[in-house]
Formats: sequence, C-alpha cells, structure tokens
Amino acid sequence: MTLKATTPTRPDALSDRAPKTASQGLDLIGQRRGRAGLNRTSVLAAGVVLLFFASVLLGSYTVTIPDFFTIVANHLTGGAKIPGASFIVMENKLPRAVIGTMIGLAFGLAGALFQTMLRNPLASPDIIGISYGASAAAVVAIVIFGASGAAVSGAALGGALGVAALIYAISSGTGMRGAGRGNAAGNRLVLAGVGIAAALHAVVNFLMTRADIRTAADALVWLNGSLNSASWDRAAVLFLALAVLLPAVAVISGPLRLLELGDDTAAGLGIRVNPTRLALVVIAVTLAAVATAAAGPVSFVAFLAGPIARRFTRKASLPASALVGALIVLAADYFAANIAPLLLDGTALPVGVVTGALGAPFLLWLLVTNNRKDA
Amino acid sequence: MAVLNAKDLTLKYDQRCVVDGLSVEIPEGRVTMIVGANACGKSTLLRGLSRLLKPAGGTVTLDGKDIHTRPARELARTLGLLPQHPTAPDGITVRDLVGRGRYPHQGFFRSWSPQDDLAVQQALEATDTLELAGRNVDELSGGQRQRVWIAMALAQETDVLLLDEPTTYLDLAHQVEVLDLITDLNRRRGTTVAIVLHDLNLAARYADNVIAMKAGAVVAQGTPRDVVTEGLVRNVFNLESRVIPDPVSATPLIIPIGRHHVPTELELVS
Amino acid sequence: MNHGTTTAVSRPGTPGTTVPSPATGASGGAAAGRKRAAWLLAAVVVLVLLAATSLAVGARGLPLGTVLEAFTRFDPANGDHAVVHARIPRTVLGLLAGGALGLAGAAMQGVARNPLADPGIMGVNAGAALAVVTGIYVFGIASFSGYIWFAFLGAAVAAVVVYLIASLGRDGATPVKLALAGAALSAGLFSLMNVILVSSQDTLDRFRFWQVGGVAGRDWSVVLPGLPFLAVGAAIVLLTGRILNSLALGDDIARGLGQRVGLTRALTALGIVLLCGTATALAGPIGFVGLVIPHAVRFLTGPDYRWILPFSLVLAPVLLLGADIIGRVVLLPGEVPAGIMTALIGAPVFVWLVRRGKGAGL
Repeated sequence: MTLKATTPTRPDALSDRAPKTASQGLDLIGQRRGRAGLNRTSVLAAGVVLLFFASVLLGSYTVTIPDFFTIVANHLTGGAKIPGASFIVMENKLPRAVIGTMIGLAFGLAGALFQTMLRNPLASPDIIGISYGASAAAVVAIVIFGASGAAVSGAALGGALGVAALIYAISSGTGMRGAGRGNAAGNRLVLAGVGIAAALHAVVNFLMTRADIRTAADALVWLNGSLNSASWDRAAVLFLALAVLLPAVAVISGPLRLLELGDDTAAGLGIRVNPTRLALVVIAVTLAAVATAAAGPVSFVAFLAGPIARRFTRKASLPASALVGALIVLAADYFAANIAPLLLDGTALPVGVVTGALGAPFLLWLLVTNNRKDA
Repeated sequence: MAVLNAKDLTLKYDQRCVVDGLSVEIPEGRVTMIVGANACGKSTLLRGLSRLLKPAGGTVTLDGKDIHTRPARELARTLGLLPQHPTAPDGITVRDLVGRGRYPHQGFFRSWSPQDDLAVQQALEATDTLELAGRNVDELSGGQRQRVWIAMALAQETDVLLLDEPTTYLDLAHQVEVLDLITDLNRRRGTTVAIVLHDLNLAARYADNVIAMKAGAVVAQGTPRDVVTEGLVRNVFNLESRVIPDPVSATPLIIPIGRHHVPTELELVS
Repeated sequence: MNHGTTTAVSRPGTPGTTVPSPATGASGGAAAGRKRAAWLLAAVVVLVLLAATSLAVGARGLPLGTVLEAFTRFDPANGDHAVVHARIPRTVLGLLAGGALGLAGAAMQGVARNPLADPGIMGVNAGAALAVVTGIYVFGIASFSGYIWFAFLGAAVAAVVVYLIASLGRDGATPVKLALAGAALSAGLFSLMNVILVSSQDTLDRFRFWQVGGVAGRDWSVVLPGLPFLAVGAAIVLLTGRILNSLALGDDIARGLGQRVGLTRALTALGIVLLCGTATALAGPIGFVGLVIPHAVRFLTGPDYRWILPFSLVLAPVLLLGADIIGRVVLLPGEVPAGIMTALIGAPVFVWLVRRGKGAGL
C-alpha cells in the first residue's frame, strides 16, 4: 500500500559519476528482485492449488484422494458413480471450488487494475460503486420481479456494466479543469463512484423494506456474495469470460506499467493515455462484473488482493494479485461452509461475510503497520 | 530580537536517525543558508528547528527558552515557517490566504482587527502581490504563488523566519526575485532568516552565514567567503569544481567540473 | 500563464507607514461579510418556511393558516390542529438531525482535509448499525427510543477507533489514512452485522426499517434525549472555524502558525462524534447530507470555515426537511423515508459538483 507520490526516484549512487559499476549493480538488483518475486508468485500459485484441493477433499464431507480421482475419471468417461460421494463432489464441491478460484482471480485482478490505474488504494470496484450497481440491479430483480438464478446474474452483470458506464461518462468529458494538477480524471472517477454507490445503497435499503421478509433474507445472502448456488453452467460462462479477459489483461499490463508513472510521463513514452485508460476500465469493470454476477459482490477481495500481493512479493504484480484474490476466496469459503457452522449452530455463512469480517481486521493491521513504518 | 539555538540535537524518523548530536546557532538578524547534498538532513534540521519534529535528544532554544515547552501560539508569534509544499484550499483568494497567517495573533474569541488588516496589507505590498489580492490562488503562476505564500509568512510578523527550499520549481528570474525579497525583509525588519537552499551559487550570494551539512552533521559554518571553497564542495557534494569570485557580487561562484570538461590552463581564472 | 511582474524588483513600502488602499483594503472584506450575512439570513427564512410546510404537508394536507392557528389558538377538539401537533416531533427532528449532519460533515471535511469525509465514509454509520443490530439480536430491543443508546455508543466507538488507527505514525491522521481506516472499519463492521442478519431473520426484519434512515415515526421520547449531546457538539464545532482555516493549509503550516494540531483535531473530532453520532442515533443512517451540503455551501462562502459552518448548519436541514416533505407525497398513500430521498436528491447534486471539478482537490 504505497501512498507515496509517484515521482520517479533516482538513487544517489546512480549518478553518472560511476556509470559502469552503478548500472551493473542495478541489473543485479533487478534480477535478484525479479527472481524473488517470481519465486513468491509460484508460492502463491502452489497455495491456490493446495487450498483448491483442500476445499474439495476436506470439510464436512471428506473425500480421499484416490476416490476423488476415481470420481472425476468416471464422471468424464461415464463410468460407475460412487453413491453420494460422486454427487457431492461433482455437483457441489468441485464447481464451488472452481467458481471460487475464478471469481477470486477476477476480483483480485480487477482490484489491482483499478488501484494501479487510479493510483489510489481506495479505488477498488467495491469501493467505487461498480459492485453496488450489480447489487441494486440484482435486488430489483429479486424483490420486484421475483427473479432467481441466472436471471439475477444477468441483472447483476447489466447493473455493474451500466453503472460503470455512468460513472465513466460522469467523470470524463467536458472541461478538464484542474487537469495537470495530479490525477484529476482519476479523482473524479473515484468521487463519482462513491456518490453513485451511496445512492444505490439507499435504493437497496429501501427495496429491502418493501419486500416480504423471506425475500429480503434471500436478497441479503446474495448481497453478501455467496457460492451456494455454484453450478457447472455458471462455471462454464465464467470460464469463457475469463478466457477472453485474461489475455486482454496480459496485453494491457505493459502500457499500465507506464501509466503508473503519471499521465504526462506515459504520454511522453508514447502511450495514448485516454484510449489506454478506457481499455483498462472496460477490462477491469468486466472482470469485476462477471465475478459479481457469478457469486455476488464478495466484499474486500478486490480491495485487499493488490496490497497483500504487493507486501508478499515486494512489488506490484498483477498475477500475484490475482492469485491472492483466489486464495482469499477459497480460504474464506472453506471457513464459511465448514468452520462457521460449528461456531454458529449450523448456520453456513455466505462467503462474503467471512471475507469482510476477516478481511477488515487484516486491512486494519496492514494500515497500522504501514502507518507505523513509513509514515 | 531572537536567537535560535540547537544543542546536541538528535532527530529521528521512528528508528532512523537523521541528525545526531548536532549543535548550531542561527545568528540573529542575519540570513543563514543551509546547504548540503540530497538527503544530508538539512530539511530535517529545519523541521527540528521549527518544532515540526520533536527531538529524540538535545534541545532547540529560542532566546534561551526551549521551543517545545513554550505555548504554541506564543512561539508562532516569534518563529514563522514556510514548508516546502504548502497546500492551498480550493478557491481561496490571495488576501484570504495571507490573512490566515494572522492566526497566532488572534485569540480564541478575538477575531479580525485593524491591526490584522494592516499586517496583511504590508505583507502584500512587501511581496508585490497587492494587485493579486482578489485573485484565486489556483489561478496564479508558480512564481506568484510562491510570493503569496511568503506573504502569508510575513503576515505572521515573526522575528525569525524558516524557509524550506522557497525557490523550488521557480525559474532563475523568480528565484532571484524571491531571494531579493527575503533580503529586503531581513534588511528592513531585521528578521532572522534561515533557508534550506539547493543552489549553492545563490546561497553563496545571498547568505550572510552558510551552514554546510553532510550526513546529518555540520561540516562548516561561517561567511560564504570563508566556507564555500573547492575543498568544501569536494567534501560535501563529492564534486570537483573551481571557485572564483562572482563578477557581480564578489561572493564565491562555483564552477562545477564534470567528466567531459577538463579545465585548460587558459580557462582558469585565478 | 501570466507571470505578472517577472522582472520588476519588488519595492515594498516601509512597514508601519502604509495605509490600506481603499480598493483592496478592509472595506472590501466587510462588504463581502455583509453580503454573506444577508445570504445566511435568507437561508434561515427559507428554513422557517420549510418547517411550516413540513407541518402542513402529508397524507392530510393543511393550509399554512391552519398551521399558524394551531400554535396561536390551539383547539384540542380541532382534528387539524392535532395533526399539526403530531407533525412537530418529526419536523424538529428533521431540523436537529439535518443541522447536526451538515455541521459534522463540514467539520469532518475540514479536519480530515478530505472532500470524501462524511459520516458514512468515516465508519460512524457502520458502528451505529452494528450496535443497533446487536441491540436487536442480543437484547431484543424493538423501538426507536431503545436504539438510541446503542447507535450512539456504536457511532462513538467506531469514530474513535478510526481516528486512532489513522493517527498512528509520524504524520498523524492524514486524509488518506482517515479515509482508508474508515472504509476498512465500515466494511468489517457491516460484515459482522451481516453475520447476525444472515442467521436471524427476526433481527433483519426490525433492522431493515431502522437502516433506511428517516424522521417519521419518532416522538418526543426519541428526540429529547439527544438534545444535550447536539448542543455540546454544535457549540464545539461552531467555534472551530479558525482552527479549520489554518488546518486547511496543511499540518506543517498550521503548526508554524502556532496551532496544536493534534489537540485541536481531537477536540473537533469530539464535536463531530457528538453531532453525527446523535443524529444517526435519532434518525438512522442518513447519507449525503453531510457530504453534499458543505460542498454546495462553498459556492456561497468560498473556503472560509467561519462561514461554511453556520451555512451548513442552516442549509443541511433545508435538504433533510425538503427530502422528508417530498418523500411524504411522491408515493401516496405510502411514504419514502427521508434517508432515501436525501440520497436520491443528493446524488445528482454530488455528481454535478464532481463534474464542475469541485472536490477533486481538497
């Protein structure tokens, strides 16, 4: 969570008085850092794989590893099913873990993209209103039209994209007053998003008072983000979306690194700032929107993934942020589905409640240590 | 009049020690320039001298009294300060901004007085910003804005004024203008001034007294003629140079020597 | 950019002998002051008219003459008079909560030097909400007057925690740190609240009506206990105008001007907590009033907090009462709570402010 200005710093040792040794030194440092970052990123990836299997195999219904492979192989080849276990693994645990991983990746990336682009740690999609667009549309669908399942997801996707477009339209456009003084367009984007989010929040609250209590309770579960309705259909749609979006992220990550240096510097390095920013917004918003449509606005994942990844790998890295996002969702869902019922007389929580309740203290801790350290 | 004194001053940011056991006196009624390489602790020293940073050890005294034990508002009537990057609220006018320098002269219930008006007026005149008084600060150029901030510090009417790099981001003409203005202030009001300045040549020209710092310690202090030498520049900036008398002011003028320009006998001016 | 007098060497007049020139001297400031005072008076008049309208408008509309009559010649047998009297508590609550939120919002933006500062962002609403949910779930509280103390306690604790976390470190409670800490704590508290709400439908059923925020359905037993807190909070905050003016120049300059930044900031924060904690306790979480009004007020007053504060005190109830009145008539025979209407009215205003480029800085 670097809150510092982004002026490029030049270590004193690198003045051209001793060019050879200095630049060699820089290369060495760069390589060493790069390698450490890569190692740590692979640690994260291993963690995701480990948690993925833990959530499929362990928990309130345990499956042995040989059984798991038998079940999956038989499912694919149409072989014999293990009574009970096959159903639970194939229809519940596996799709749940797959969707959890994918929305984690998507939220983590979306958050990191926004935070990097806007140079503002507050600027994750859940804070700047995009998730609220999804929520409001979903609650309207649930409460007013009695929708459920795929219809709610569709409404959420539409809501998120619509609100994102609205925010972008508000913040871009006329009279760039104050342009050149820092990051005016970015600030306007954050401000417009916060305003819209608050208004939509009020709408959601009002609709909650208008519904009968059972519908309101359903809507609340959705509002918190939940993997309970995970299914292969949903996983397939999500997979297709990510198959398009992840390569797009890879392509845009180069220009993004230059955009981090500030609009003017980036323009000087040959980036077309406004089209690049628009492309970034579209990609990041779509990532957040499809993830929200699949599982509801799982709070804090997008907000936290970037800062945690940066702490862990000691540099800003999109893959690391995505992996941290997946780690958070998988760990939180394991807790919500398997451990929370033991503590709360059998109530399984929506995963978003856990990411929020556990994520917030962690963020506070990040803030405390950060404030102490570099303040 | 006031004398600002630091004794065995140790300044830390958390655990990192920036200034260690430093003793220095800012002479009364003079213009003192604090110079040194990047990150040598000169801005930190200024923060320590101005009560922005509480010392981890040692004391800073103004007229013999510890600045940290004196009431803040009373101290602010004697000791003024202009940080490096002051922020102006959106839409504030020049006159309003300068007027806020009168804060230490107002009581909790005592509001604006004719005396405050006079001080603001004089500050605006002294900085040649009178015709800007009704303008918004956001609309001003860099040089004008810097003069307005100095006007705010002047309106505070202090005997001691500390400035952290008041010429950053200004072109050469504006740099000279700002330093002339500060010199005027010193000559007319006898204000004690301490300035952190990057430009060694301007420091040598405008200072009565130079404090050269390296790695959190004072390496030399005295008049520019005594202090600013080729040896000092080598020691403090790790830079080879020639020092000649400034043809305009006869103060030391530093001519840096890079790697690509080796002085020939002909070019040397003794 | 015009560099003005680039080459002119400044030639200051001798100190002590100059006289303020009439064109730019004190007279200009005084005239501006008179103009602002007139504006403030106009705002008060609008507020009084709106309060009268609030007594007249509703499912049973009454002419203003009847409203006046209900005060001057009260007739207990007259049904219209009884309706007017029944509308007094919600009108008073609208005035009080509106004023408190406006004042708190302005002071918060000043003390945090942050255009986003608002009871919602700074964790106050979340703290109050969690406390109310706990009150309902654990203690079975079921009335607005029962929620007050929980809401107040929750708001105060949340605000103090946010402030403490943000003020760790060398440079104290900077705007970014405050906003981050507030957002983080809010999200966490809402999640804890949702743990309860997801597992208890009864709690959700009661809580959702508090959560929308509004002034309807509150009687004197809700309004009166809040009065002393509001009075103390308003007194503190109204006196901080000059403090906020120096703080607006940045902590370093404020210190250089002799302000004890930590102390004054803590004092202002105390006033803010009293004001918006009480307002939230009385009326539920009402968004946008504290956020939008100070921004709008700056158009009239400029950046001088000695004027921003009183203007916010008067204009914020105009928004809240106006929202309540409109909410009573748009969905007849039902009502839209004031908290929803302020959001629906406030959001476009806020968006407009953002587009004008206001608030992009500090």
